[in-house]
Amino acid sequence: MFHWFEQRPFFFAVLVFIFVAFAGIIEVIPDFAKQSRPTVGTKPYSVLELAGRHVYIKDSCNACHSQLIRPFKSETDRYGMYSLSGEYAYDRPFLWGSKRTGPDLWRVGNYRTTDWHENHMMDPASVVPGTVMPAYPHQFTNIADLDTAYAEAYTVKNVFNTPYDVDIDGDGKIDVELGEYESAIAKAKADAKAIAADMKNQAVKDAVANGQVPEIVALIAYLNSLK
Amino acid sequence: MQNGAQIEYDYSIAKAFTFATILFGIIGMTIGVVLAFQLAFPELNNLAGEYGTFSRLRPLHTNGVAFGFTLSGIFACWYYIAQRVLKVSLKESPFLMGVAKLHFLLYFITILLAVVTLFMGITTSKEYAELEWPIDILVVVWWVLWGISVFGLIGIRRERTLYISIWYFIACFIAVAMLYLFNNMEVPTMLYSGYGSWIHSVSMYAGTNDALVQWWYGHNAVGFVFTVPIIAMIYYFLPKESGQNVYSYKLSILAFWGLLFVYLWAGGHHLIYSTVPDWMQTMGSVMSVVLILPSWGSAINMLLTMKGEWQQLQTNTLIKFMVLASTFYMLSTIEGPIQSIKSVNAIAHFTDWIPGHVHDGVLGWVVFMIMAALFHMAPRMYGREIYSKSLMDTQFWLQTTGIVLYFTSMWIAGITQGMMWRAYDEYGSLVYSFIDTVTVLQPYYTIRAVGGLMYLIGFFMFAWNMYKTATAGRVLDKEPTNATPVAA
Repeated sequence: MFHWFEQRPFFFAVLVFIFVAFAGIIEVIPDFAKQSRPTVGTKPYSVLELAGRHVYIKDSCNACHSQLIRPFKSETDRYGMYSLSGEYAYDRPFLWGSKRTGPDLWRVGNYRTTDWHENHMMDPASVVPGTVMPAYPHQFTNIADLDTAYAEAYTVKNVFNTPYDVDIDGDGKIDVELGEYESAIAKAKADAKAIAADMKNQAVKDAVANGQVPEIVALIAYLNSLK
Repeated sequence: MQNGAQIEYDYSIAKAFTFATILFGIIGMTIGVVLAFQLAFPELNNLAGEYGTFSRLRPLHTNGVAFGFTLSGIFACWYYIAQRVLKVSLKESPFLMGVAKLHFLLYFITILLAVVTLFMGITTSKEYAELEWPIDILVVVWWVLWGISVFGLIGIRRERTLYISIWYFIACFIAVAMLYLFNNMEVPTMLYSGYGSWIHSVSMYAGTNDALVQWWYGHNAVGFVFTVPIIAMIYYFLPKESGQNVYSYKLSILAFWGLLFVYLWAGGHHLIYSTVPDWMQTMGSVMSVVLILPSWGSAINMLLTMKGEWQQLQTNTLIKFMVLASTFYMLSTIEGPIQSIKSVNAIAHFTDWIPGHVHDGVLGWVVFMIMAALFHMAPRMYGREIYSKSLMDTQFWLQTTGIVLYFTSMWIAGITQGMMWRAYDEYGSLVYSFIDTVTVLQPYYTIRAVGGLMYLIGFFMFAWNMYKTATAGRVLDKEPTNATPVAA
């Protein structure tokens, strides 16, 4: 029987396709809808947080830090409540990582402050002696890309029905406001001012006062949102 | 062409890809060694500003080695093996020749673009699928071109039955096409919204689903880039080099179809104790263990091909390379399933045991096999004897020692880390803070870096030997039949 296939490349290729596609059909597809259902209280990222998430991705923080707390006592003691599927409903892409050279960050907003992150990114060893993490001083001078963050929020709102501009928890208020481009950017800059107020780097404060958002401010907004 | 006349094979494309293999090998592995030293000596991170940090370089290393070095090696071997086992020359079809040239050109441009964009921090962050959408499209284009080359050469073949190596190349083409397309589904945000950066995109999948698709891709890219085409190579080069027949045809069939059927299920083992449903985690775990059978089937088939001919290990360095490659394949495919067992995974996941596992597979199996293949091809492509046997032997032992240092240090580092993370004292508190589990690894990181450096030096020896073979080796008057001629 196999001799027959070995002389007919077309049928051989079809058979190969069936063999390799089989597992995907059984394994990946069935639970797809269920897995993307958000848990109560999960909200989409604001424009500033998304811009920070882009910085996180740009500098590949996920190469060393996971965002997935496994259901073990040692992990819940160290990082907090273990991860639930629905908490990631608005994470595009997921940032679970595959290697922990540094600790998990999924709930880092619960136990680190703006001030701590500022020191950590400028000189990691100043807050964690012995760390192998590089310093990221360029985040203090590079300007975050709010436009792309808005573009992403706009896209996921309209393509994937991510609940921007809606009342998610039913308390009569809009939970995460997006709105039009101008108002969204203005809102992100106002959020940046609130973060910068807790920072001590004067260059960063000046940039924010001038309407620019350094990468570090956006990144901290994102890290603070991880709770 | 007249029946019985000697076919004149065209090696121009195989040579071009051989050059790319060596070039990207040097780039990718050098970055790897830099990364290894950065973990041992963190001050090395800030030598090149934002472009020199570990985090920025890591995707560059994985992409450079996986898609620069390994794929080049696979394509070089394809354009060499296919003509021979299908009994056709690329010269016979100007169309397929054009396709092959375009394939090389677009591929080369893509890798260069990948290097530039990753340096700039343009990445989707999905492991082994970091390239943004315009480059993804370019990848799809040359993958299709390669497909045309595969089925085109098969279409004009003179040998009716497809040799085993061709089966594996077909599987590589089909599976990677499917995996790559589905995992890289994304919406370019600027095209949709009119704002922001044109190169940015957002994944079609969110959270757990994204993870599921990513590891279905990520693990199986290992299967269909680092395993399947490499098996295609060993099935061609080992019998050719040793003058022995493949040990068992039945075992070849079982191992091939078994691997194809089981491999795709195993991706779930990357997600054990994550938020994907339990049954998928269990399935990933169980199927990973089952995967030992087809993997070892191929490896045993290769090792038994040497039955009665083991003395060749003493005389032929290329046989040594290939036998060691098969052995490392066996090591790696028993190690992976062990790590997929839930209780072991609880310790191993997120630790240095994982890069350890990846590297004993890649350094021992993939790179060794590709180097052996290129060594075998070189005298036939350039019509010259291999330049130096002593260099080849030195390289072999230097690299083998390097691999052993690499994986042993990472096994110890990984298990140490995993055990320290979960250690409790008598009062029920965690014994170690996270930083304790980092600083303790410094000696192992140093050993790993030294092992990696030895391997890299060996690779430079390989590159030099190949260069000298092509330019200064003794000219051969006729093509060698089996054992590759090597100067003393």
